[in-house]
Amino acid sequence: MPLKTEPITINVGPQHPSTHGVFRMRVTFDGEEVIDVEPIFGYLHRGSEKLAESRTYTQIVTLTDRMDYVASMTNNMSFILSVEKLAGIVPPPRGVWLRMIAAELQRIASHLVATGFFLQDLGALGTPLILMMRERETILELFERLCGARITNSYMRPGGVFMDAPDDFWPALNRFLSDMPHRIDEYEDLISGNEIVAARCDGVAVVDSQTLIDASVTGPMLRASGIDWDLRHRQPYEYYNRVKFNRPLATTSDNYARYIVRIHEMRESLGIIKQCLEQIEPGPVRPETVPALIRPPAGDSYVGTECPKGELGFYLVSDGGVAPYRCKVRAPSLINLTLLREMLIGDKLADLFVTFGSIDINMGEVDR
Amino acid sequence: MPDPFDSILYKYVYCTLSSTDDVACVGSGLFGGGLLPGGLEWLAYVLTAVTIVAVLINAILGGVLMMIWGERRLLGRFQGRTGPNRWGPFGLLTPVADAVKTMFKEDVMPTVSDRLVFTAAPILMLFPALLIYAVLPFGAGTWLADINVALLFIIAIGGANVLAIVAAALGSGNRYAMFSAMRAVAMLISYEIPLVISLIGVLMLSGSLSLVAIVNAQTLPFFIVQPLGFFVFLVASMAELNRTPFDVAEAESEIVAGYMTDYSSMKFGLFFLSEFAATIATSGVITAVFLGGWHGFDPIPSQIWFIGKMVAVLAVIVWIRASWPRLRIDQIMNFAWKALFELTLINLVVSGILLLIWPSPSTPELWYMAGVNWVVFLASIYIFGKVLGPKHDPVAAGNIQSGITLSDSDAPAIPAGGGD
Repeated sequence: MPLKTEPITINVGPQHPSTHGVFRMRVTFDGEEVIDVEPIFGYLHRGSEKLAESRTYTQIVTLTDRMDYVASMTNNMSFILSVEKLAGIVPPPRGVWLRMIAAELQRIASHLVATGFFLQDLGALGTPLILMMRERETILELFERLCGARITNSYMRPGGVFMDAPDDFWPALNRFLSDMPHRIDEYEDLISGNEIVAARCDGVAVVDSQTLIDASVTGPMLRASGIDWDLRHRQPYEYYNRVKFNRPLATTSDNYARYIVRIHEMRESLGIIKQCLEQIEPGPVRPETVPALIRPPAGDSYVGTECPKGELGFYLVSDGGVAPYRCKVRAPSLINLTLLREMLIGDKLADLFVTFGSIDINMGEVDR
Repeated sequence: MPDPFDSILYKYVYCTLSSTDDVACVGSGLFGGGLLPGGLEWLAYVLTAVTIVAVLINAILGGVLMMIWGERRLLGRFQGRTGPNRWGPFGLLTPVADAVKTMFKEDVMPTVSDRLVFTAAPILMLFPALLIYAVLPFGAGTWLADINVALLFIIAIGGANVLAIVAAALGSGNRYAMFSAMRAVAMLISYEIPLVISLIGVLMLSGSLSLVAIVNAQTLPFFIVQPLGFFVFLVASMAELNRTPFDVAEAESEIVAGYMTDYSSMKFGLFFLSEFAATIATSGVITAVFLGGWHGFDPIPSQIWFIGKMVAVLAVIVWIRASWPRLRIDQIMNFAWKALFELTLINLVVSGILLLIWPSPSTPELWYMAGVNWVVFLASIYIFGKVLGPKHDPVAAGNIQSGITLSDSDAPAIPAGGGD
């Protein structure tokens, strides 16, 4: 006689240890198996895009910090590039190199957070997370030397950066660059070869590359499916065409692939920073000619940049005033999240959060 | 039939209190013995039991506090940080502060809860953990009761805590708790079997279910003679204890705190306490059954040996907790039924054959047995790992294609976008 069973619906979040912020899912389970997921978000909506319409272009930089707050530098960079394109400002080389160094450091920091919390979701009790937070702390200290802030940096300005790096920044950066490869080896020793990690992640939440492209997913999630799509290489911005870097790809497109791509990208970022250090020369970090109140000519601009989480771009429309007429953010976190339901259905309860962690979203950016 | 006077604990307390003229008591009571007037031997019996139990329970509570401190310190070291070190020397008073804080917190009871069941569950959880200590031999002659079915008693009592988990889940009416209880029951059913069968090898060697007899039989610690049994017992008891990597019943990142989700204040404290008490008790069982119990070399007292071995087992458990992620529930079930169950059967058959060859083994014969058993152990672990382990090789599986250069020519083509 078949046992009478019925599905159970559980509300996960917004106060749940593993929802990475205030994300909420209404999940229906059949036993341990997920049969339906309804993502609900908007709990962190602050109206950043609307707020931008009443702020000057320099002031909006502080708003971008608070979108993806674990990757402020790359947010700054994306916005600044769009403004520079709109206003036709050309930054001096030293400013660009400094921006690239900051952005690549931020990429490492963001990937550290992503992998650390991914492992935390897998049930590793803090050890990988705390080890990775230790290195992130070093990066945040570097940022503190660079601009006085750790998380909400607001380091970049239209035309460059607001201040040259102090003298004690460079030795600290070199120390970090020589330490970090060993730290990444340490993570790989602890995690990559671990059989439990392999058993938990291999073949879980596989999405084929066509689905990913159709959903316009970008970033490590797309590269984990074997698609070589990195905007630093496809549409080079800043001086990314003057540095050489490999683009790690994985083919399996499962949770393990998304993890290992991030680990390898950290190594590549270190290489990019080293090349920036070789090519950076003394000089101004910001042209004298940029006015305090930028009034770009009427028009629009969009620059897609490769942020740690995917393609981030600011679409700015100017009517010739001091504030943008419209500011629209293409947030990778939100767009990468759209496949969540497809990825989760059929998986077990335990994989729900692991998959969610492997997408690497940030609620500040999803809800804006 | 075990004699209560075998336990020196019992003997000293009883002889101090009672003015009996029992031969065994001559010269062993403190203060010359006979604190109670003659004819009150029955009261001496009762008071002896009460005293020992009170001392033991307080020792357990102290041990739990020490273990909470030790675990946090050790975890801190594993994670490259200091761990609690503010309150008291080396932070030793931190768990005391935690306990005080827990006691003074508001005791929240969900409106949908079944009050009786909700309240009874933490108490139900604590008792099995404490009862195991009744039969643990902490040192030569230092035990509460030497019953001749001690191992059966431990297995029976050890399984009882799942009742409390189910009660907590039902009582709190929480769906996360329900998941937790389902997982706990499934795990108990699966892991109890290898747990029990893995002990049969030891039983065949010692010929007794009494822990004292098992310790005395270990002229060679049984983890050397019975590596497979030791391995399976360690793994299965970690599953029974809900320790990492089998902590699915209270998987924090999945089902919040599992069956404890709705508990607060001292009800939560009791759950916490009983979990740690059960962990210490199980490490005590492992010490007694597999690590030679209180045996050691001489200047160090046997009690210290026993506690030292217990601490070593606990350290291994914490080490595993610090290093490994959690398995998924279906993988845990697979592991129990496809690996551990078969391994215990192999152990049973091999041990049986070896005992046919050496029916009452002397110490050198135990070494021969150990040799055969280790070969079987390593071979079977290797084979099972090959057959059941994840087929995972990042490089061979083409999981990573590193070293793609900047030029576009060797980059893979981008599939066309769909939609419009």
